Amino acid sequence: MSSVVLTGLGKVYGDGTRAVTDLNLEIRDGEFLVLVGPSGCGKTTALRMIAGLEEVSEGTIEIGDRVVNEVPSRDRDVAMVFQSYALYPHLNVFDNIAFGLSLRKLPKKEIERRVREVAGILELQDHLRRKPRHLSGGQRQRVAMGRAIVREPQAFLMDEPLSNLDAKLRVQMRAQIARIQRDLGVTTVYVTHDQTEAMTLGDRVAVLKRGILQQVGPPQELYDRPVNLFVAGFIGSPGMNVLGATLEVGDDERYRVRFCSQSLDLPDSVLRERPALRRYAGRPVVLGIRPEDMEDAEIVGAEQGATLRSSAELVEAMGSDVLVHFPVDTKPVTTDGVRELVSDGGVVDPGPLGAAGGTVLVGRFSPRTRVFEGQSIEVRVDTARLHFFDPETGSSIWHE
Amino acid sequence: MTALPTTEPVRIVVAGAPRRSALARLLGVFGSGVVRAVLAVVAVFWLVPVLGLFVASLRTESDNNTSGWWTVFTAPAQLTLRNYRALLDNTEIMRSFGNTVLITVPATVLVIVIAALAAYALAWIDFPGRDWLTVLIVGLLVMPIQVALIPISRLYGLFGLFGSIAGVVMFHVAFGLPFAVFLLRNFFAGIPADLLEAARMDGAKEWLIFRRVVLPIGLPAIASLAIFQFLWVWNDLLVALVFADDRSAPITLALRSQLREFGTNIDVLATGSFLSMVVPLVVFFAFQRFFVQGVLAGSTK
Repeated sequence: MSSVVLTGLGKVYGDGTRAVTDLNLEIRDGEFLVLVGPSGCGKTTALRMIAGLEEVSEGTIEIGDRVVNEVPSRDRDVAMVFQSYALYPHLNVFDNIAFGLSLRKLPKKEIERRVREVAGILELQDHLRRKPRHLSGGQRQRVAMGRAIVREPQAFLMDEPLSNLDAKLRVQMRAQIARIQRDLGVTTVYVTHDQTEAMTLGDRVAVLKRGILQQVGPPQELYDRPVNLFVAGFIGSPGMNVLGATLEVGDDERYRVRFCSQSLDLPDSVLRERPALRRYAGRPVVLGIRPEDMEDAEIVGAEQGATLRSSAELVEAMGSDVLVHFPVDTKPVTTDGVRELVSDGGVVDPGPLGAAGGTVLVGRFSPRTRVFEGQSIEVRVDTARLHFFDPETGSSIWHE
Repeated sequence: MTALPTTEPVRIVVAGAPRRSALARLLGVFGSGVVRAVLAVVAVFWLVPVLGLFVASLRTESDNNTSGWWTVFTAPAQLTLRNYRALLDNTEIMRSFGNTVLITVPATVLVIVIAALAAYALAWIDFPGRDWLTVLIVGLLVMPIQVALIPISRLYGLFGLFGSIAGVVMFHVAFGLPFAVFLLRNFFAGIPADLLEAARMDGAKEWLIFRRVVLPIGLPAIASLAIFQFLWVWNDLLVALVFADDRSAPITLALRSQLREFGTNIDVLATGSFLSMVVPLVVFFAFQRFFVQGVLAGSTK
């Protein structure tokens, strides 16, 4: 077990396509790091470079204390779980798991012992003599895991290992992967495009966009303090609502954020947390509101300066909560850079106008709400948890 | 999640195969009946002469000269193994049979070994000029044997390979390779890259990836190639006619000379022909079990 350090890592393909740019990451010994981002963001390329399956164009990769740029895959002592599982079709489960050990010429007894132990962990004991084609998707996935675990490598690399499983199995295997990684304490780099997997599995999550690292940190930090609109939109489901707004300062020195006829008062805590916000007084900002930070005012009570008025356009009962879509009249976010961040990040897109000619917001209400479609509603917003972004750069407005 | 409210009602599609009309079913049954009938006719056309040959090989020369082979059904007492006994004592035929084995086995094994290695390199190892080399080899497929007979003859004259078994083998290998490389390269290239990468991660070097992953997975393709190449060389007359002499003649050549010298010595011809047919049949049935459908099933998602 050891750390993995990427320094200035870059990848340019033969045709000039740039997949990864100046990636700096230190994955600590035993840490579970998730690389997440939309497809084509370079996360798989980065993983394949660590694996040695892709040549490094720029920068260095260290595993343990050794620079491995020129070390072939087989000598890097890392194990990979492929999205497709890549099981050897002509070998049974036992031989699939034992393959790496037999190449290393371990004694037969030792191989037998280790394979059986791993099969026990993964509950594959009863399938050791079966060929991959006779296994279910979940079993194949576990064999692929077994092949990695049995080698006791310095690090696990996992390339979307759960994406071929159905939803229910994915949740089960997610828990199993988390448990196994914790028990074995092996440094793990895990690639996924699924933000739920990223949030639940990672000790830290690294968000990539077009080959560039946007933010890296513990899942909760990414959720609470996203550095820009892209991260804000990518983390969280449903995505954060964003809308064009203006920051105003009233005669009473109170800050409020206005979009057309509606406005929300900013509590002092927001200004304390985001001192840079004062520089935006009287200027446009991008306002972000998470669906979870909105609630039916009928339940929590309306409050002056923290309530929006609208009518429910669509009500989706999820059982544990109710998603309510409602329009507010505001101009959509304008600059191209912001629009791109928004669409890449999967944020609630402020572009298309709702039926009432505004931006449609999504609120996650308590299941006790009695809102029905077409009804006029009052939405209470947790104004202490509002997010603000620069409309030009899309960056979060914090200190500087 | 800003999906605007949809006004369209949700359409419910009942899954399941569309019901086929009675006419379609009738046509289906009729169609498969026609196919079966055609297959049966083809089988009869092929099998009757073979059966005739086999029966003739079990009758004496005088019987064959005076009555047709089908009379055996009314007079089974005609059947005898005498021809086969005589064949075993016929040194010329037996030597040529041995020559055929000595030519065919190396010509098949060499083609498979060389083609498999070349195909792996062409499919999976990155080196400059790889694609051009592949195109060149595929291009050689269109080269007819006849074009090469005279130049190769001169070359063999130069190196003293005329009339030798090695010369015949080399010619077969050279002309078997383009197709063999083409077939195996395409098959190997179809193996998911993940499998090779997994082996690489597991610690395998190039040779081990080839031997322990690509080769076992490629077995069906190799088996079919082996059958093709074996049959082609075993049944060859032209190449042997040009490059073999009396001592290195394969059985096809020996049988042909029987035909020329004696005209109707059917006892030797039928027996020898049947002997030369049995081996390819055995080879075919031995290898056909490797034609397993979907060998790759289950390896990748």
